Amino acid sequence: MKRHLLSAADLDLGDATLILDTAAQIDAALAGREVKKLPTLRGRTVVNLFFEDSTRTRISFELAAKRLSADVINFAAKGSSVSKGESLKDTALTLEAMGADAIVCRHSASGAPHRLAEWVQGSVINAGDGTHEHPTQALLDAYTIRRRLGRLDGVRVTIVGDVLHSRVARSNVLLLDTLGAQITLVAPPTLLPVGIGSWPVEVSYDLDAVLAKADVVMMLRVQQERMNASYFPSAREYSRRYGLDARRMAVLPEDAIVMHPGPMNRGMEIAAEVADSVRSTIVEQVSNGLSVRMAVLYLLLGGDSK
Amino acid sequence: MTSLWLIRGVRPYGEDPVDLLLRDGAIAEVGVGLVAKDAEVLDAGGLIALPGLVDLHTHLREPGREDAETVQTGSRAAALGGFTAVHAMANTDPVADTAGVVEQVWRLGREAGLVDVAPVGAVTVGLAGTQLAELGAMADSPARVRVFSDDGFCVADPALMRRALEYVKAFDGVIAQHAEEPRLTQGAQMHEGVLSARLGLAGWPSVAEEAIIARDVLLAAHVGSRLHVCHVSTRGSVDIVARAKADGVAVTCEVTPHHLLLTDEYVTGYDPLFKVNPPLRTADDVDALRAGLADGTIDAIATDHAPHAMEDKECEWAMARPGMLGLEQALSVAVEAMIETGLLDWRGLADRMSVRPARIGQLDGHGQPLEVGRPANLVLVDPDVRRVVSSADLASRARNTPYAQRELPARVVATFLRGRPTVLDGKAQR
Ligand SMILES: [Zn+2]
Repeated sequence: MKRHLLSAADLDLGDATLILDTAAQIDAALAGREVKKLPTLRGRTVVNLFFEDSTRTRISFELAAKRLSADVINFAAKGSSVSKGESLKDTALTLEAMGADAIVCRHSASGAPHRLAEWVQGSVINAGDGTHEHPTQALLDAYTIRRRLGRLDGVRVTIVGDVLHSRVARSNVLLLDTLGAQITLVAPPTLLPVGIGSWPVEVSYDLDAVLAKADVVMMLRVQQERMNASYFPSAREYSRRYGLDARRMAVLPEDAIVMHPGPMNRGMEIAAEVADSVRSTIVEQVSNGLSVRMAVLYLLLGGDSK
Repeated sequence: MTSLWLIRGVRPYGEDPVDLLLRDGAIAEVGVGLVAKDAEVLDAGGLIALPGLVDLHTHLREPGREDAETVQTGSRAAALGGFTAVHAMANTDPVADTAGVVEQVWRLGREAGLVDVAPVGAVTVGLAGTQLAELGAMADSPARVRVFSDDGFCVADPALMRRALEYVKAFDGVIAQHAEEPRLTQGAQMHEGVLSARLGLAGWPSVAEEAIIARDVLLAAHVGSRLHVCHVSTRGSVDIVARAKADGVAVTCEVTPHHLLLTDEYVTGYDPLFKVNPPLRTADDVDALRAGLADGTIDAIATDHAPHAMEDKECEWAMARPGMLGLEQALSVAVEAMIETGLLDWRGLADRMSVRPARIGQLDGHGQPLEVGRPANLVLVDPDVRRVVSSADLASRARNTPYAQRELPARVVATFLRGRPTVLDGKAQR
């Protein structure tokens, strides 16, 4: 594996499979245990460097590191030039001086973790950068699919929503393609990037046309502010054309699952009855996120202890 | 103090070797085996002489951002790059939108004494795009402004652009448009295409440039004005300008060295050294720009030399300022992109880097042929050396070159401004 996890493209099939297998082993090792803790990363320091608020992702990484017995530092920072705070580079050098073994970085600017990786010795894990990528989200999604359906190769995954601005979609396309899934992206044309023709996916503007052939439907969060920039006319129209409701869910194959990275806009991209249905993996995704992040930290840091 | 220089064995435009005698600011004699008592002699065997280069698009940053560049340091970078004249863009602080500011910049240029600094005046007050600046006052000032630009911003309002194009006819000025439809580039970070989709960076579509150029050539034709388009960067822009020229529209345009050499592939590492506006485009655009420069659709290479302080580049891509240094490497990049590819010969390169930009900027003393009686503004180039660019060695105060560690051909050995050396043996004389 590479030293950093900046993009899902950093993982080849062997790496990705190893992470998923390791997550499964961790789950098995901890199952039924009262003290959910492994001594693997004792003495190692993991820094959560969050330039953008995301309580759920931060807590997931924090818990993952603590369950591996690492020391965890939470470092909430503000974007550099914008707020005239400390620059990303200065922050990097500070963390470097503290001896961070891994830096988990969340940032509103695409590519910020890539910059960070140039300035530090430790491993950088991208926990979401702007509209670019969120590789551990893709890993936990893949893990969830594999647990539910038993495989990834040949699985038909339909990802629906704001692909243009979605780091979840970018990482999932890269990772699921590596793992052999067949991907279909569904969105209004305004929310698909120019240049998508080079992606290893099918593209459709019509959700109803693809649902019957989907083993997995992954709904993306759609932000209200996109409406103001005329990406679509209204929340109501978006919901009608691209939202997943009970009627549409009924069209899915029998074993198909419904995923959402959260936080959800219930009633917008996903109806409450769908989110709470047996097909929904939304709660599992959260717990699987913990296992997958433990696996990533273990594999990036565990191998070469000081 | 008189000046008398005898340049021996130099090849004007890469042609047969001759001697040039420079006396009192002019080329006094051209011939073989010239002798001149008391002349300082420069043995220029193997070197090529070109008329001093003229840059239509330089950001000198003074007044306001002297931490990034000053007229002095920028002039030195220009002289080292073989330039004898540069046009200093108006987006300073305060903005060069009054006679007072353009005169200040012009005077600072005279004091530096390394190149002729021709200030560009802002088209609109404060570059705000709402009200015409006092263009006539800037034209009438000692700075003799003839080129007006809101560079960095597009004069997007079509009615205002029309008025500006019309108004400057009174003193034979030209509007140099930074063509960027602002509504199509809100938050834009890089060329919109395959790579922006992958990198998750907001796209700067080619059409945002092309739509403004198309509009502006139509406006220029309608009111019978001259239009200059800054830094064209797309195949479509070249096509539009070619068609307008064929239709007889008085339009000229420029291309930067970096758009002739670099592509959006360089954005992949998110290093803001490669962030520039307009953005680096695709290899297909680079091909079209080179072809357009070769066939004359594109009139000039202009550097868009844009110094930035370290902290404005050592940061996240989205927070970095756009722009890259250009003066010191422009000629080398042009040699690689145009001479080594056989697209232009040295005469052609002199035309695009000196003759035509001087004409567009109406700098009478520059861009003249290397003939007896002409002003002795010239550059001597060693075409045979190749050098690795080191950002530590730049004369610019800033360090944001996209060419660091890159090997480039050719080297400026000497530059003469009105018969006096501003650069000798590759070193600035002040
Ligand atoms: Zn510009």
